[in-house]
Amino acid sequence: MGMIDQYIYDGSFEGFLTAVFEVYDRKPTLVKIVSERLVTENFFDEEHTVYTDQVKSDRVWRGIEDKIGKKAGNFIYKAFLSEQSDREQVLLRIIKKGFKGENVTDNFADIDVLRLTNLVKIVGREKHRMDAFIRFRLTKDNVYFAEVAPDFDTLPLNAIHFKNRYADQKWLIYDRCRNYGIFYDLKTVNYVQLEISNDINSSLAAPFYFTHDEMHYQDLWKNYFKSTNIPSRKNMRLHLQHVPKRYWKYLSEKLP
Amino acid sequence: MNFERIKEKLNILADAAKYDVSCSSSGSKRANKDKGLGDSSGMGICHTYTEDGRCVSLLKILLTNHCIFDCAYCVTRKSNDVKRAAFKVQEVVDLTINFYRRNYIEGLFLSSGIFKNADYTMERLVLVAKKLRLEENFNGYIHLKSIPGASDELMREAGLHADRLSLNIEIPTEQGLKLLAPDKKREDFIKPMLKVKNEIIQYKSEKKLIKSTPIYAPAGQSTQMIIGATGETDAQIMYTSAYFYKEFQMKRVYYSGYIPISHDERLPSIGTDVPMLRENRLYQTDWLLRFYGFSIQELLNKEHPNLETDIDPKLSWALRNLQHFPVDVNHADRRLLARIPGVGMRSVDKIINARRYRKLGWEHLKAIGISMNRAQYFLVCASSQFETKDRTAAQLKSLIMGTSASKWRGAYSSQLNLFESNANVSVS
Repeated sequence: MGMIDQYIYDGSFEGFLTAVFEVYDRKPTLVKIVSERLVTENFFDEEHTVYTDQVKSDRVWRGIEDKIGKKAGNFIYKAFLSEQSDREQVLLRIIKKGFKGENVTDNFADIDVLRLTNLVKIVGREKHRMDAFIRFRLTKDNVYFAEVAPDFDTLPLNAIHFKNRYADQKWLIYDRCRNYGIFYDLKTVNYVQLEISNDINSSLAAPFYFTHDEMHYQDLWKNYFKSTNIPSRKNMRLHLQHVPKRYWKYLSEKLP
Repeated sequence: MNFERIKEKLNILADAAKYDVSCSSSGSKRANKDKGLGDSSGMGICHTYTEDGRCVSLLKILLTNHCIFDCAYCVTRKSNDVKRAAFKVQEVVDLTINFYRRNYIEGLFLSSGIFKNADYTMERLVLVAKKLRLEENFNGYIHLKSIPGASDELMREAGLHADRLSLNIEIPTEQGLKLLAPDKKREDFIKPMLKVKNEIIQYKSEKKLIKSTPIYAPAGQSTQMIIGATGETDAQIMYTSAYFYKEFQMKRVYYSGYIPISHDERLPSIGTDVPMLRENRLYQTDWLLRFYGFSIQELLNKEHPNLETDIDPKLSWALRNLQHFPVDVNHADRRLLARIPGVGMRSVDKIINARRYRKLGWEHLKAIGISMNRAQYFLVCASSQFETKDRTAAQLKSLIMGTSASKWRGAYSSQLNLFESNANVSVS
């Protein structure tokens, strides 16, 4: 096996597209695109640092949308948000196949297309879960606040859903794993980074952060959740399949 | 707001409403208007699931559980000794808005016991919806119950504010209804359903000419039947269902396994198992009718008045009709592909897309996600190894069941039950 050219980028989608640009520019034979967070030193590989460049990234993105199609572009972006370790390799092969004129969204007999659609599916499912499982709490400064810890980086996809739905209230959804949030100020949605106090979830400190009615509504909701259950049909396996335990920590109806 | 009092009412009126199965919040096209609250133009969302595994999408409550009727199958019946409560209209509005703002729910499902008379009850349900839409600019989902016997004027108004209207026929046969709900009449059920159906048809035709025609019940209407309360056959249930789909253009018919709630000798006694397996087979049949192109006569008829419990209805049909198989997945049309046991509609779409690019073999079909355990005996593909033996239906059935692990196994395997009861004996 020959030497592999490693293209190391900053982990952003724009960075990845810039890396694709560099690969097309220099045409290495064996290539690997790696996020700087995951890079491992390898004595035999040639390393190239990719400097994220909006112009190059835009050119690749326009190329994808024009030549491969809008649907493929959407798939590629969603699959990227999966953060899976094979995403760069799969997406690079998909982009190459697409530019050669192959179908990359419906040819399920192709292994890369299957992987791409699988990544799109798991990201889509997680996005949908966030649409469902986000629980807002009304803070004293009149912002509906929610914390989440999604398996994949879905907030960019959730933003439009919440903007359409809660057009008349300020809200903030914060990703605890990736340490950024989306904030809607009644006009636009912006990315924000915040220091969130550690005691925000303690019941003792709750009256300090949240409105008086907030606790009552959580209590009503918990009660509703219990009353609407039919014990003679109990099916915990199905329940856990729909609401896996890792999501419980942010679901008010599941808190003790 | 007196939260303690509201909590008490909520517990009573949510508990009484939970036997309504529908929790659908999809199919409406109501988008957010003038930067108000809510949007129900997307797909439905289940915000959580109860411990019995059912989706919680809507705040599902009764306005009141006071009722003048005495239907044997219903917890809210007049003669039942339960705590009664009633919400004020404004209380329901406030609860809905505050739950919605916290992303607990997609909207409201409001039903009610019948107090005074049909119109008096319906009027209050409509009032809640109207307040939500006009005073709160609420664009979330609203599902209202149509009250049997409600006037045409009220049903017209209900549809202008609600996304979906539903009326449960509850008992699949007319004789059953006479036995269990002697003071209810079938005509009273049909009247509001018919009005809603006609309004929807009219809305659709006017909409084509005048764009500003006010939207009417965009998510259509639905109904529900109780299963296993009156000894009806699967055929009776599904023919009734097919009738309502056709005559009233129902969006959905729901099947609800009877949960014993009273010591009434006309009904299964308390402690009887909820017929969940049967319910599941009925839903599978419903899906085959709506999405897979089957006709009811193919699945249930004089010779087969009941569905098989140990295998799904599509496999059951295939085993009775082996002359249609094997199907060639690389050439067969959509309709035939949909009939292969173990191949769902999503797989059908994937097969049709994928085979444009190459001939499909076993490895491709596996990757697409079809259930090989069942499908392998009913199709041929580009691989050379496929079933060549001519097997009888009985042989196929035992082959498939021998290699499958059904979650229902405990419910139909008498062998397993025997084994379990033996084990119990030896322990004691």
